[in-house]
This record gives sequence, C-alpha cells and structure tokens, in this order.
Amino acid sequence: MSSAEQHSRRDFLYIATGAVAAVGGAAALVPLIAQMNPDASTIAAGAPVDIDLAPIGDGQIVKVFWRSKPIFIFHRAKRDIELAENVDWHDLPDPAPDSERVKPGHEQWLVVIGICTHLGCIPLAHQGEYDGWFCPCHGSQYDSAGRIRKGPAPKNLYLPPYTFLSATKIRIGEDTAKPA
Amino acid sequence: MSGHSTYQPQNKFLQWFEKRLPIGGLIYSSFVSYPTPRNLNYWWTFGGILSFMLGVQIITGIVLAMHYTPQVDMAFDSVEGIMRDVNYGWLLRYVHANGASMFFLAAYIHMFRGMYYGSYKEPREVLWILGVILYLLMMATGFMGYVLVWGQMSFWAATVITNLFSAIPGVGDAIVTWLWGGYAVGNPTLNRFYSLHYLLPFLIAGVVVLHVWALHVVGQNNPTGIEPKSEKDTVPFTPYATVKDGFFMAVFCILFAWLVFYVPNYLGHADNYIPANPAVTPAEIVPEWYYLPFYAILRSIPNKLLGVCALFGSIGILAFLPWLDTSKVRSARYRPLYRQFFWLFVIAAVGLGYLGSKQPEGIYVILSRVFTAYYFAYFLIVLPLLGIFEKTKPLPNSISESVLGAKA
Repeated sequence: MSSAEQHSRRDFLYIATGAVAAVGGAAALVPLIAQMNPDASTIAAGAPVDIDLAPIGDGQIVKVFWRSKPIFIFHRAKRDIELAENVDWHDLPDPAPDSERVKPGHEQWLVVIGICTHLGCIPLAHQGEYDGWFCPCHGSQYDSAGRIRKGPAPKNLYLPPYTFLSATKIRIGEDTAKPA
Repeated sequence: MSGHSTYQPQNKFLQWFEKRLPIGGLIYSSFVSYPTPRNLNYWWTFGGILSFMLGVQIITGIVLAMHYTPQVDMAFDSVEGIMRDVNYGWLLRYVHANGASMFFLAAYIHMFRGMYYGSYKEPREVLWILGVILYLLMMATGFMGYVLVWGQMSFWAATVITNLFSAIPGVGDAIVTWLWGGYAVGNPTLNRFYSLHYLLPFLIAGVVVLHVWALHVVGQNNPTGIEPKSEKDTVPFTPYATVKDGFFMAVFCILFAWLVFYVPNYLGHADNYIPANPAVTPAEIVPEWYYLPFYAILRSIPNKLLGVCALFGSIGILAFLPWLDTSKVRSARYRPLYRQFFWLFVIAAVGLGYLGSKQPEGIYVILSRVFTAYYFAYFLIVLPLLGIFEKTKPLPNSISESVLGAKA
C-alpha cells in the first residue's frame, strides 16, 4: 500500500468515525430534548371537557378550565346579541362578523378563551364600554362577541374548538364541524 | 510539562482570543500534543470512560430532575410517572440507574489498574489520594440517588446507613438525628438527600479537574512503571490516546446499552419497586452491587463500633497505599510475588461482593471473615513486607525498548 493510499484510508476512517459520532450525537439529543415536551399524563389531562349549559342564566358569564386555559361561556341575552350584530364589523381592529364568533343555531352562546390577546391577563366580565370584558392590566376592552374594540390587544379573544352535543351541552376541545 | 509542539492558531479570531484567555492552548497542550507513553494498554482507557460517564450521569440527572418530586408521598409516583408518561422517560431513568453501575464498574477497573501497575507510587501520591476522594464522593452520591426512589430498599438502606453513625460513642445519636432532620428517616431526609445528590456530582467534576491536573504535572504511569526518558518513549495524546479511548468507550457503551435495553432491572432489587413502608423491613436488605464488598466487611465484625470502623477503614486505608507499599519497583509486571497476592486481593474483593449479597449466616460469615482478614492483611502486612523481601525482575532500559525491543 503506497503512502498516498494509506493517507486516504486514514482519512476515510476519520471521516467515517466522525460521521457516525455526529449521527450518534444527534440521536442522543433527541430524547434529551423530547423529554421536555408535555408528557402523557399532561396530554391526558388536556382531553375535551363536557360542560352542562342548563344552569347558566340569561346574560350570565361563567369561567371553566380546559388545558389549563380559562374559557368564558357567555349565555348572551337578546340585547347582548343585538349589540354584537349592530356594528360595522369591517371597522373593528380585528374585523370579524358576529356570525363567525358563534355556532349556527346557537347564537346565544359565546365560547371564547378568556386570555387577553395582548399579554395574557384574564379580562374582567361585564365591564368596559362594549358590553363585554375589560382587561385591567393594560386597558383592552372586548365586546359581547369577544372582539377587541379598544386598547393595545391586537386580536379578538380566541375561539377554542368546541361542539354542541345537545342544546344544553357542549364539548370543549373537539370541533366536529371542522376537518381535523 | 512541555509538549511536542505548541499551539499556533491559524484563525485570526482564535489568535485574538488566545492572547486574552489561552484556553485553546491549554486544551491543546493537555489533550492534543500532550506526550503520552507509547505503551499504554486498554486498562488506561478507563479514566476517559469515567469522565464520559460523569457527563452522562449529570446530563441524565438534570433532565430527570425536571420530572422528579422530592416529597415522601409523591416521590415514588413521580419516578413511575417518568417511566410511564414522560417522553423517553423510561430511557432516561434506565440510563441513569444503569449508568451508576457502569460508573462504578469503570471506577473499580480504574482503581485495580492503579494498584496493579503501582500508579499510586511516588510522585503520584496526591493523584491517588484525589482518586480516593473521588471514590468517596461517588459512593455518597450513589447512595443518596438510590434513596430518592423511595422504594422499600431506598428507605431501609437510608435507615441502615444513617444508623451507622450511632456507633460513634457519645455524639452518635445526636449526629444521626441531625442527619435525619427528624426522629427517623422521613421527608426532611429525602429533601436534603435530593439537594446533596444534585450538588455532589459538581464537586466530583471539580475534583476531577484537580485529578487530571495532578496527573498532567507528573505525567502518566505506563505498564513498565518506568518514566519516559526521551521523546521516543511518548506519542502525542491526539490521535493515539484519543482514538484508543474512543474505541474502548464504544465497547464499554455496548455493555452499557445491553444493560439499558435488554436487562435494565437485572442489577437492581425487585423490592425497590415496592413503595417505602416505614413499618415493615424487607426480609433481606441489600445495597446495590457496588457497595456489597464493604457491606460484607461491615457484617463480618460482630461488634457494632468495630464493624463500622472496619467499613470506613477498608476505604480509608486506600489513601495510605503509597506508603504501605514499600517496593521501589512500580509495575506488577516485574513483581512476580506481588502479582499473586494482588490477584488474591481481587478474588477477596469480588468474593466479599458476592458474600455481601447473602444472608449473614453459616459458611458465608466464615468466608466473609477470612476475606476481610486477607483484605486488611494485604494492605497492612503483605505490601510493607513485600517491598523488603521480594525479588523483582529486571526492568527494561526504557519504554521504547520494552515495546520495540533492543533495536530501539
């Protein structure tokens, strides 16, 4: 074997060892990083929850938790629905018609995630100028469709996935209307 | 110790940095150009393997600590949560638990290498003593880690080992209460063991730095036991020792992987899958295999205080090894009589390990006492006398001569 061939054999061995070590190193990183993702018990605890709507009175707002997030369920009275519909929604900071904020046939029920879209505080119900919520942290105000009207928040209150199992029961966490 | 060549960075940024913090040069002179005896065999790869295992234990330990709860009612369940729910939690736990066993296996081989080749002799006494300190830190860390699982073995091992200190006359009981933080092993004990189990590995890392520093100041020993006399006797650490270390590290990891993936509970005790019950002691309390020899020594002495003294003494005596061995010849290669006593010592140590796993009755007690007697006699009688009476074989003129023959 000439010295040039010996050199290239050594080079090959070095590169091959380095490549295997690099792959091994990357493979070793996978479990170390993946372990910080939510574990099976956390994911199980985030399963959909069924909420009975019957006890919620006309005009009442209740707060439940799903996946550790507060969910506002607003049983809107006729006046609340009218105020939400009778506004030119194109002029709103985050334009959205009231019809897109509720499920068809269930317009009296508003289900939104109760986290201010500004920096994450929980807004206060039945406060503010728009028949909705007022966030005390930086002054954002939401209307009776959970849309941002005034203040630094950029987006409307987010809608969680949910389905009506019956007229008086919803399942939060599952939206059978939308394709998965 | 000057290397074969000095560090000359080509990159402009590295040159700039080197003037301000010469860490590149330090790494270069310690692990690249560092002159290494050319005749080192595979027994010399275990230092590198130990450093690797320390890294593995620290990384898996920190990651496990993200999911473990150090409270008596939740600890056991949090470990099961790691095994069942955490992504790759089963892998991390088994790597950490079996990693401890592999860590001790590598440590024992490393220590036996030192004893066989006389690596503890002048001028490496401090290096050896730092190693004894590392071993003690490892034992403390391993013990506390095992308690954290809070199974039956965890709890009762904690009770037995902390109770050892009650043998101290006068202040013994006060010390035990202080260790417990209560009237028995309980939540305060668990919490402080968690804190210290997280701390000690970083102390180990610090002492490892001192250990490697002490090594580099005097230079490595080698199988002939004679110091390098010229540049012909050494090779640069990289690539020779680096690749040799890396190769055997891979072999070591194959054994490690076999344990983790095929028999992960083989070295453990089934009783530690029973949640701790302070009202019921298991029929047999056994420590993990790496403590068994000392457990056997402890139980072979019928007196409580003397048994505890024998236990701590059997480890402490290691620190005096450089002065107990009076021979001027380092390596057992040239000490035929010493070699035989050494292998008897290995048999005694392994035998004590086996006996430590047995119930202390009948023939097991007798054998434990015989092996314990030999263990101490080896250090206190055999080694001092061998240096005076042993006829050693003639040493080679140099390392390269022993490797390449007289043509060197």
